[in-house]
Amino acid sequence: MMAAKFLLRRAVPALRHARCYADAPAAQMSFTFASPTQVFFKEASVKQIDVPTLTGAFGILPAHVPTLQVLRPGVVTVFNDDGSSTKYFVSSGSVTVNADSSVQLLAEEAVPLDSLDLTTAKANLEKAQSELVGVSDEAARAEVLISMEASEAIVKALE
Amino acid sequence: MFARTSAAAFLPQCGQVRNMATLKDITIRLKSIKNIQKITKSMKMVAAAKYSRAERSLKPARVYGTGAMALYEKAEIKAPEDKNKHLIIGVSSDRGLCGAIHSSVSKAIKSEIAKLSGAGKEVMIVNVGDKLRGLLYRTHGKHILINCKEVGRKPPTFTDASVIATELLDSGYEFDQGSIVYNRFRSVISYKTDAKPLFSLDTVASSENMGIYDDIDADVLRNYQEFALVNIIYFGLKESTTSEQSARMTAMDSASKNASEMIDKLTLTFNRTRQAVITKELIEIISGAAAL
Repeated sequence: MMAAKFLLRRAVPALRHARCYADAPAAQMSFTFASPTQVFFKEASVKQIDVPTLTGAFGILPAHVPTLQVLRPGVVTVFNDDGSSTKYFVSSGSVTVNADSSVQLLAEEAVPLDSLDLTTAKANLEKAQSELVGVSDEAARAEVLISMEASEAIVKALE
Repeated sequence: MFARTSAAAFLPQCGQVRNMATLKDITIRLKSIKNIQKITKSMKMVAAAKYSRAERSLKPARVYGTGAMALYEKAEIKAPEDKNKHLIIGVSSDRGLCGAIHSSVSKAIKSEIAKLSGAGKEVMIVNVGDKLRGLLYRTHGKHILINCKEVGRKPPTFTDASVIATELLDSGYEFDQGSIVYNRFRSVISYKTDAKPLFSLDTVASSENMGIYDDIDADVLRNYQEFALVNIIYFGLKESTTSEQSARMTAMDSASKNASEMIDKLTLTFNRTRQAVITKELIEIISGAAAL
């Protein structure tokens, strides 16, 4: 009887230690993706998101380490739970991954990739490159460089 | 005897002075009130159209704004109590005739300034909207940092918010913490004056919960903060415009109703006066007494 009680007390801690990662919370990510004029995802549950940031492109899965990043012009790919993926082009913005696995992707301008036109993008890129030669003012130069970077990213994304 | 006739001669004159309006006066008044009613009705239609557009664009803006403030809420960033430099952004507009929109924001700002000045802190205000400037500059003129005009004519865009944020950051006022006072839209007939907190770069960087956020360098944080500031201003602008248009709609609606009431009352008075004039003329004709 004493031995049985002793065994029982020993067994319970062992059960507690046997908890595995599958039981860990935040297996779902709450994904919010919006621009000032449009909402693409609101607290949705998705599998993975690839974002282009100033420090490089990386993918965010549920239970990602919390971080703050600033976006650069590029393509955001959202992998839904059912396996399909959608691509969006973002101009700039910020991404926040919180400790409870919620992700807020706020883009200044974001459009689905198939609403962009390759020939117009190429024309914009050439125009920006030619403007870069002629401009001298610091602020104007920065604007042209930004427009060039964005156009290059669009062209690369569409090709 | 002389005294009595002179007394009798005075009385009718007093009676005529008290007969307040001739037909002409009432007609003029009636016409002007009818014009006013037309104007307020059309203003109500315009405000209703602008309100429906503003409310439609408020939906994504709300998601965007709450997303922007999520970091501050989740990381529970609180400003330290001993910091001295405060900033208040008051969001209003240039145009009146919208009920208590401007005065409620101004009241909230005044009480906040009184509280902070009493605690010895330095406060500066950013006015978005001319009406707010008019309400604040007389008593709190020395606290005003920036004034923004031409607000409220067109729906606010992200560019407007970024212009305001750029001006604020360029002004060189290094605030430690602040708040944005705006009218939060609740429904067509109600709005509430609300304040959302703003945090400076230092407050966020030194907040204890920021440690769990991985891989953040100062540059990234500064960009992130500036972007978040623009987002919060944009959110305040959007909510404010929607509240303003709905308030203007209700104000013009009650103005039109009051004008209709006045028109009804005046029409009755007009008819009564008209009948009185006709009766008087008839009596004069019938009794053969001619006015000399």
